[in-house]
Amino acid sequence: MAKPMEEYKWHELNVGCVIEEVGNAMEYKTGDWRSSKPVWNDDKCVKCGLCWLFCPDAAVYQKDNGLYTTNLDYCKGCGICAHECKPGAITMVEEER
Amino acid sequence: MSTKRGVEVSIAAADAAKLARVEVIAAYPITPQTHIVEHLSEIVANGELDALYVNVESEHSAMSACCGASAAGARTFTSTSSQGMELMHEILFIASGLRLPIVMAAVNRALSAPLSIWGDHSDVMAARDTGWIMLFCENGQEVVDSTIMAFKIAEDRRVLLPVMVNLDGFSLSHVIEPIEFPSQEEVDKFLPPYNPLYTLHPDKPVTMGAYGMPELYTEAKYAQEMAIRQSKDAIIEIMDDFGKRFGRYYKPVETYNTDNTDTVFIALGSINENIKTAIDELKKEGKELGLISLRLFRPFPEEELAFALKGKKKVAVIERVMPGGAANGPLFNEFSALAQARGLKIQLENYILGLGGRDVNPEEFLEIFENMSSPKKETKKNEKNYIVIGVRA
Repeated sequence: MAKPMEEYKWHELNVGCVIEEVGNAMEYKTGDWRSSKPVWNDDKCVKCGLCWLFCPDAAVYQKDNGLYTTNLDYCKGCGICAHECKPGAITMVEEER
Repeated sequence: MSTKRGVEVSIAAADAAKLARVEVIAAYPITPQTHIVEHLSEIVANGELDALYVNVESEHSAMSACCGASAAGARTFTSTSSQGMELMHEILFIASGLRLPIVMAAVNRALSAPLSIWGDHSDVMAARDTGWIMLFCENGQEVVDSTIMAFKIAEDRRVLLPVMVNLDGFSLSHVIEPIEFPSQEEVDKFLPPYNPLYTLHPDKPVTMGAYGMPELYTEAKYAQEMAIRQSKDAIIEIMDDFGKRFGRYYKPVETYNTDNTDTVFIALGSINENIKTAIDELKKEGKELGLISLRLFRPFPEEELAFALKGKKKVAVIERVMPGGAANGPLFNEFSALAQARGLKIQLENYILGLGGRDVNPEEFLEIFENMSSPKKETKKNEKNYIVIGVRA
């Protein structure tokens, strides 16, 4: 969005609230809902990519060295990656906020 | 060249949708709407209309399919009645909220229970605040003309809202009337192909129906409300344009014999023709009664009604729906609020009749007129603010 939501006046909204900007959901950082986050133990990781495959928010990504981590701007801490990780390389750690 | 033929009003409604060159029809059959969609499916199957007829498993799906088709840029039509309208109720709000110019022929019927397939206004009155523009028809000609106008209204860039064309079940939908059909060429000139503002297309992706956070929801609904309130200007303009082209002029509020009297009835739909008969009967006896007929119900034509009510002293609001525990019927409540807000000094009375297909003859209206002139105690204040005509007590 061109400006924060709370600054829009009614007549500035598109007809039917259509969003013309492609992929602008990225601007909405949903990661602040999170109460716990996944932490990778790289020694146990076998680079199978199941965490990346299962992440419902596409927040998990592969680093240049082939290991995995998550983008905390979007990770909601659902724990699916930790559940699916066969070698048990991912632990959910409570957020300290 | 227009052609005049005697035809069942349901068939005429389908033919009007054909004249409007609808591109997608998604509907589920329900009495008394059935003949409209049956005829449309025949027209499509025979190759007389280049449209997609989507067979769906319910009215909820019908309206959902209509939303999808309209969002993709197709001129979209559906029709339903009664329980069907209730089943599609949640999608009615989505159609208006997404500003999709769908046109629906609503063949008004009572709601169960007790089960009734017959006509009254229970269905549309339960859907009256869904954000749809609502037109009411008195006869078959109005059904044809309103259906054609409905697309032009709905698709106008100033409007972009769904339109419901209401016609009474059986007493209008199943009668055979002489109806004038404009030619395809004339309709094409009046109603050019739909040019959508936004469409779902892979070449230019957009999001429709996104989440409305508390920071935006109020503004979004306010914008929608402004759209339906302001649609009246476009509606009047389109009705005038239709009149100039086809010779049949329509207005949001019609009056009959209101000049010479301070007593008027207000009603919706086909019963207005019987009220006119009653008015003519009374005239023979030297009594004067007027009729204010709402052709446009949503947006509520406040200005036009206030103008029509000017100088009137006694008004009977006549409706075909039970209040459901409300102080009065829904139409009366809106008139009462209008009269109060505009400081109109009017004696307002509320009469309910014609429920679940009970015949409404001109005699009933004569009874109402007599009651207004000299109130009978037993029917007048029965611990209610309204009188149900013909109820056996």
